[in-house]
Amino acid sequence: MIRFILLQNRQGKTRLAKYYIPLEESEKHKVEYEVHRLVVNRDPKFTNFVEFRTHKVIYRRYAGLFFSLCVDITDNELAYLESIHLFVEILDHFFSNVCELDLVFNFHKVYLILDEFILAGELQETSKKAIIERMGELEKLD
Amino acid sequence: KFSYFIKLLLSARDMIRSIRACKTAAEERAVVRKECAAIRAAISENDQDYRHRNLAKLMFIHMLGYPTHFGQMECLKLIASPGFPEKRIGYLGLMLLLDERQEVLMLVTNSIKQDLNHTNQYIVGLALCALGNICSAEMARDLAPEVERLLQFRDPNIRKKAALCTIRIIKKVPDLAENFINPAAALLKEKHHGVLLTGVQLCTDMCKVSTEALEYFKKKCIDGLVKVLKDLANSPYAPEYDISGITDPFLQIRLLRLLRVLGQGDADTSDTMNDILAQVATKTESNKNAGNAILYECVATIMSIEDNSGLRVLAVNILGRFLSSRDNNIRYVALNMLMKAITLDTQAVQRQRATILECVKDPDASIRKRALELVYLLVNESNVKSLTKELVDYLEVSDQEFKGDLTAKICSIVEKFSPEKIWYIDQMLKVLSEAGNYVKDEVWHALIVVITNASNLHGYTVRSLYKAVQTAGEQETLVRVAVWCIGEYGEMLVGSAGVLDIEDPITVTEADAVDVVEAAIKRHPLDLTTRAMCLIALLKLSSRFPSCSKRINDIVLHHKGSLVLELQQRAIEFSSIIGRHEKIRSALVERMPVLDEVTYTGRRAGSVPAAVSTSQGAPPRIPNGVAKPTSAPLVDLLDLSSDETPAPSSFGGDFLQDLLGVDVSPASSKGTNQTQKSGTDVLLDLLSIGTPPAQSSSSTLDMLSPSQDNKSSVDILNTLASPSTTPSAQASSPAGISPMMDLLNGFGPSPSGPETNGPTYPSVVAFESSSLKMTFNFSKEPGNPQTTLIEAQFANKSPNIYSNFVFQAAVPKFLQLHLEPASSNTLPASGNGSITQKLRVSNSQHGKKSLVMRIRINYKVNDKDVLEEGQVNNFPRGL
Repeated sequence: MIRFILLQNRQGKTRLAKYYIPLEESEKHKVEYEVHRLVVNRDPKFTNFVEFRTHKVIYRRYAGLFFSLCVDITDNELAYLESIHLFVEILDHFFSNVCELDLVFNFHKVYLILDEFILAGELQETSKKAIIERMGELEKLD
Repeated sequence: KFSYFIKLLLSARDMIRSIRACKTAAEERAVVRKECAAIRAAISENDQDYRHRNLAKLMFIHMLGYPTHFGQMECLKLIASPGFPEKRIGYLGLMLLLDERQEVLMLVTNSIKQDLNHTNQYIVGLALCALGNICSAEMARDLAPEVERLLQFRDPNIRKKAALCTIRIIKKVPDLAENFINPAAALLKEKHHGVLLTGVQLCTDMCKVSTEALEYFKKKCIDGLVKVLKDLANSPYAPEYDISGITDPFLQIRLLRLLRVLGQGDADTSDTMNDILAQVATKTESNKNAGNAILYECVATIMSIEDNSGLRVLAVNILGRFLSSRDNNIRYVALNMLMKAITLDTQAVQRQRATILECVKDPDASIRKRALELVYLLVNESNVKSLTKELVDYLEVSDQEFKGDLTAKICSIVEKFSPEKIWYIDQMLKVLSEAGNYVKDEVWHALIVVITNASNLHGYTVRSLYKAVQTAGEQETLVRVAVWCIGEYGEMLVGSAGVLDIEDPITVTEADAVDVVEAAIKRHPLDLTTRAMCLIALLKLSSRFPSCSKRINDIVLHHKGSLVLELQQRAIEFSSIIGRHEKIRSALVERMPVLDEVTYTGRRAGSVPAAVSTSQGAPPRIPNGVAKPTSAPLVDLLDLSSDETPAPSSFGGDFLQDLLGVDVSPASSKGTNQTQKSGTDVLLDLLSIGTPPAQSSSSTLDMLSPSQDNKSSVDILNTLASPSTTPSAQASSPAGISPMMDLLNGFGPSPSGPETNGPTYPSVVAFESSSLKMTFNFSKEPGNPQTTLIEAQFANKSPNIYSNFVFQAAVPKFLQLHLEPASSNTLPASGNGSITQKLRVSNSQHGKKSLVMRIRINYKVNDKDVLEEGQVNNFPRGL
């Protein structure tokens, strides 16, 4: 399962943090700091997988943002790499060429999208079309 | 509604803008404080209008890292509001600001329950989402029935959310899993990809907590699952789910995983999936990550289910292809999977050895590490030499961070699989020269043990070490081993003894040898161990190279003012021996006995063998009595506490006591009269050098004094009487108290052979076993009734040759024993030759007590070490 998802920029600012396991606030800050340190300095030639405590972090950099997923040690890294990419594509579609600022000012929408994509630490929907349509419906209700 | 929405957005946006405009952290804190204060005020006034907006702002502030617990109750109030927008923000806030451990969460249970039953399915979705992400065990229990109902809701969006919510429920309360078996199985028949995906995941997790579920799915669902996967694999282009030309790879991967869980340990179930696995393995495109992700999962499944060798071969081939991929990620996962594959089909993995070796040199550290682990698992007798060569070659160019791991692995491989001693020594020398500073203590200690056991290689080893230090003198560990060997085998180095065919001959003078040690002592000014070892090596060399004695003494004396007490003491004492006690010097520094490999490995493994076949020499843990950096190294080493009863060691003393039940008397160097304190003690202490604390404190020898005081020094070199290779100036000192002066100065020349006269005594078979016979022939020295000369003769009763033949003997305190070197170390088979060895025993209780002796014989037959022990009780009377 996915234990947490982080979106961080190069300076370490957290743009999105979703936890599927319980953690104290102070622990969360520590985790965010550590993960950022891990991924920000890695050579792009290296793998997209890093050991993190007793789990592993699958990450990928898109422009100035690092998308990191912390998953169980037995999970399929390549599959989660693929799911990160799908999430980015959805955001890109929804925000029409998404940039970091979109995510900052619309953070509550980003969470909404995420909650349609992943639930309880597992994938909920694999169709970009279905998620975008659903988001449309939800926006109408707001 | 619209204007409300605008108001919310603008306000939250305004705040975000003003925060972003802050130039310093202090500014930001000020803005945040102001906003929090406003929000707090609004909360306490129970403001309805801006609750929504305020929570949104609070969430943003939370994301910045500020504490926001005061907002938790607001979430609850918003969730309890009737409208969707409020509920949405409320649930969002709930998930962000709270987690399952907080009691506040319980208050939401009722609201969630109502929302799960709401007519508006979007609100139902909100509740399911929140529940699935953060519910506690109690909430899970309370709301399970609602969720169960929702698994069959008309809207697929709800069904899929309910499925994932159920996963969380059964993780929190595994007992509830049974209730969900049927509805979960029903999901597997769905057409909607989202529902199918979540259904498959649910079933997978259910199998982990409920065997009932596992059995049910195995019985009822396998064929359906196989069909779904097949349809996906054969699917034409499906735009909605297409990723890199593959239809819904996520679903395919999850299906493969469920199949794995169902097929594990069950041959029949595994059979049913063979075809689809083969199809996926062969037909899936592997030029994009999505395809490789599927192949990876497929390989993992093949490796886990019941054996089908055809599939396994397919799987390992895929991994082989992965290993050659340019994509780091692919190589990494392949290495991971190969570690698992190696237990199932070593042969297949062996075929990939070359590629794996290449990965050891990969720029990515995690790939290198994995590859090294894998290589280690692949080593066997037939490939150890070539693999080691590759690894050692790589050691030269590897990164600093990697050298430690690599060195440890190479040493481990070399020790475990070494086909012959000379190869072992060569490899270890290479490693020491290249990365000596990474080599752990146990490893180079073990090397020394092996060296001592390879008597035919002593010359080769010391020469190789000499050569190595010329170029790699900065590797301290190499220097230590070299210094030790030069000290021990110095004369072989200079005298070119035992030159092997493969060697390039070199000429080394005594001065050259001393140069090395002198250089070592100078080069490593901070390394206590190395310098201490150098000092004792110098002492040995002063004996082996008498012509260099003066020079060596000067070098040693250089340290007599050392601020390190250990070195100072050694320097002074050794210098004293060199200068004033030449006569006993050679005895002191005789060749060390062979260190027992079996014991050493046994000790390393953490257990002292229960049987009494322990080494008679110094445990190589601290060769040459190097002080361990303990809190009181000097006390241990030099036995300064020898005034009191020495602490019994785990090793030497107790063992000896146990074995013999008596005290040991040494063959060569003497203990002393312990009534003499100061000077004697110094000498005693001196003699303890070269013995680890364990040994030195176990003083049990006392040969001269009849006093019952048990404290005496142990001859460092021979605790049980062993033949010495350099005949020492042994005097057949008479039993009885000798004053100190006599001890040091009173040694006469080597004992002459016993021209026998006097009464003859019959030979006896002193010891016999099924494999060996030992006969004693007796004679007496004329005019010396207390002393008996024994000629021991050994005969081999087996058809196999015995090599490394070593005889040892121990006698009680009232006897004094001396052994001369044996005629040979090899005992031909079937009695076609014998070994003879001369002993001399002096009996201080001559006439009152008979001779008695415990013996120990070590030899090697068919590459196995053999130990025989016994007691000789049948000495003729009157000896």
